[in-house]
Amino acid sequence: MYLSKIEEKMLDGEYGEAKALALKLIVTLGEVFKAKKLISIENAQIAGISYKTIGDSGLEFIKDLYAKNAKFTVPTTLNPAGMDLEKWKEIGIPEDFAKKQLEIISFLEGMGAEKTCSCTPYLIGVKPRFNAHLAWAESSAVIFANSIFGAKTNREGGPSALASAITGKTAMYGMHLKSERKPTHIVKVEGSIINELEFSLLGYVIGEKISKGVPFINKFKGKINLDNLKALGAGIATSSGIALFHLENITPEAKTLKNNLKNLEKIIIEKKDIEKAREKLSNEESSTHILLGCPHLSLNELKKIASFIKEKSLTKNLWCFTSRKIYEKAVKKGFVKKIEDAGGKVIKDTCMVVSPLEAIGVLKAQVNSSKAAYYLSSLSNIKVELKPLEEIKKIENKA
Amino acid sequence: MKIKLKGRGIVEGLGKGKALVAKSSISFLGGVNPLNGLIIDKNHELYGETITGKVLVFPFGKGSTVGSYTLYALSKYGTKPAAIINIETEPIIAVGCVIAKIPLVDKLEKNPIEVIKNGDLVEVDGGKGLVTIYKNSN
Repeated sequence: MYLSKIEEKMLDGEYGEAKALALKLIVTLGEVFKAKKLISIENAQIAGISYKTIGDSGLEFIKDLYAKNAKFTVPTTLNPAGMDLEKWKEIGIPEDFAKKQLEIISFLEGMGAEKTCSCTPYLIGVKPRFNAHLAWAESSAVIFANSIFGAKTNREGGPSALASAITGKTAMYGMHLKSERKPTHIVKVEGSIINELEFSLLGYVIGEKISKGVPFINKFKGKINLDNLKALGAGIATSSGIALFHLENITPEAKTLKNNLKNLEKIIIEKKDIEKAREKLSNEESSTHILLGCPHLSLNELKKIASFIKEKSLTKNLWCFTSRKIYEKAVKKGFVKKIEDAGGKVIKDTCMVVSPLEAIGVLKAQVNSSKAAYYLSSLSNIKVELKPLEEIKKIENKA
Repeated sequence: MKIKLKGRGIVEGLGKGKALVAKSSISFLGGVNPLNGLIIDKNHELYGETITGKVLVFPFGKGSTVGSYTLYALSKYGTKPAAIINIETEPIIAVGCVIAKIPLVDKLEKNPIEVIKNGDLVEVDGGKGLVTIYKNSN
């Protein structure tokens, strides 16, 4: 692999031990994937922030990097942590967990990260430029950045995104190459996709059927908006290693690909496939909690939730997860108060997937996302029931 | 009997130890306990074996990228393997071996899972991509 003079110096430790280790990591990945050179990135998004996910092993690594004076050299945001960083006591997070979580955050902040703690950086001001090279780690954010913005990032791991934040570099392979962004499959969706849960399940089915590659999704019946695209992408990234999709007439690269669509494998998805996925992921009917915000809720979604609940009307514990920036806006708009008055909670900095919910007694939950359903049952052993917001609204309004 | 195999050197360093061979991939997050180096994934064929000081041979890594941190912890707690040989490696193991300073070689000219047997003494040169196997005559 070609390295510039500066990169060689960095690798030799002239800019410190932390940068040398971080660059070594990136060069090694480049060699594994046969990259010809390194490229500069515009910003980084690091995953593996929650103490629940990374445990003492991850904490030690981050602490050691901090001790070696590592500094982030590009704007760097963070994935959700394992708890609301201020209101953790309220939902029963154990003291020891909280202490370690706060340590992780302080080391990352000390290296220069912005404490966004969100899987949706694109909703809170980190809008990637078309063609910009990035190093993002959260799979649902990666697929959103590549597909909707036409930016370029591989699905980085926690450690590799950290290394890119320190060096400002990534290796030129995968999604950074134009040739790897061409469609490999055409997806035809039959029937109309009517709500966010169906978008999320459609994504899950696409991922299951393709697993690796770049789907080109033909125009289909359904309301294309930011919230539904967020659900679609998160679903695809849950059941597959896919980092990019093209959506006819919508995503920026789709219109340039008309000549690349011949002779591709065609996948047809019918409503019964979506229903089957829902049945497979849904295995509970007596939930005690409603968990919303996987990926993190947008301001618009919080508005919807706030508008359908009446004071003290809730039959279940409603927990809404979002980023601290959206939370602040929702406080100003009165959405948080409305939800709290009805007995619900709006929780920031964390989400249902990376917080230790099972340890605080959440065993059965209603969710409206295929990603939440998949990870709650596989990571936390929580039984889930998949319902779209519309259905939850009907049930809760009858109460 | 001594067998030399050439492969692709991914992470440099020299490692020598008894071979521990798995036909199935390994998830380090939740699959290995860094405190004692034991394989704790009950569904894995090597459940209960220790990887400490061994030359660990398996197809590739799987599961969460956080698995790289488990390799780092193995190194910190002194329970890491002497070297790793993969059929074809992937980011979790490659990154983990860099931060844990574990020699790593893949893409050998012969399938290491067939050639190397449990208990063979194996030498790995991660810089040159060289693997030397001393067959256990027992």
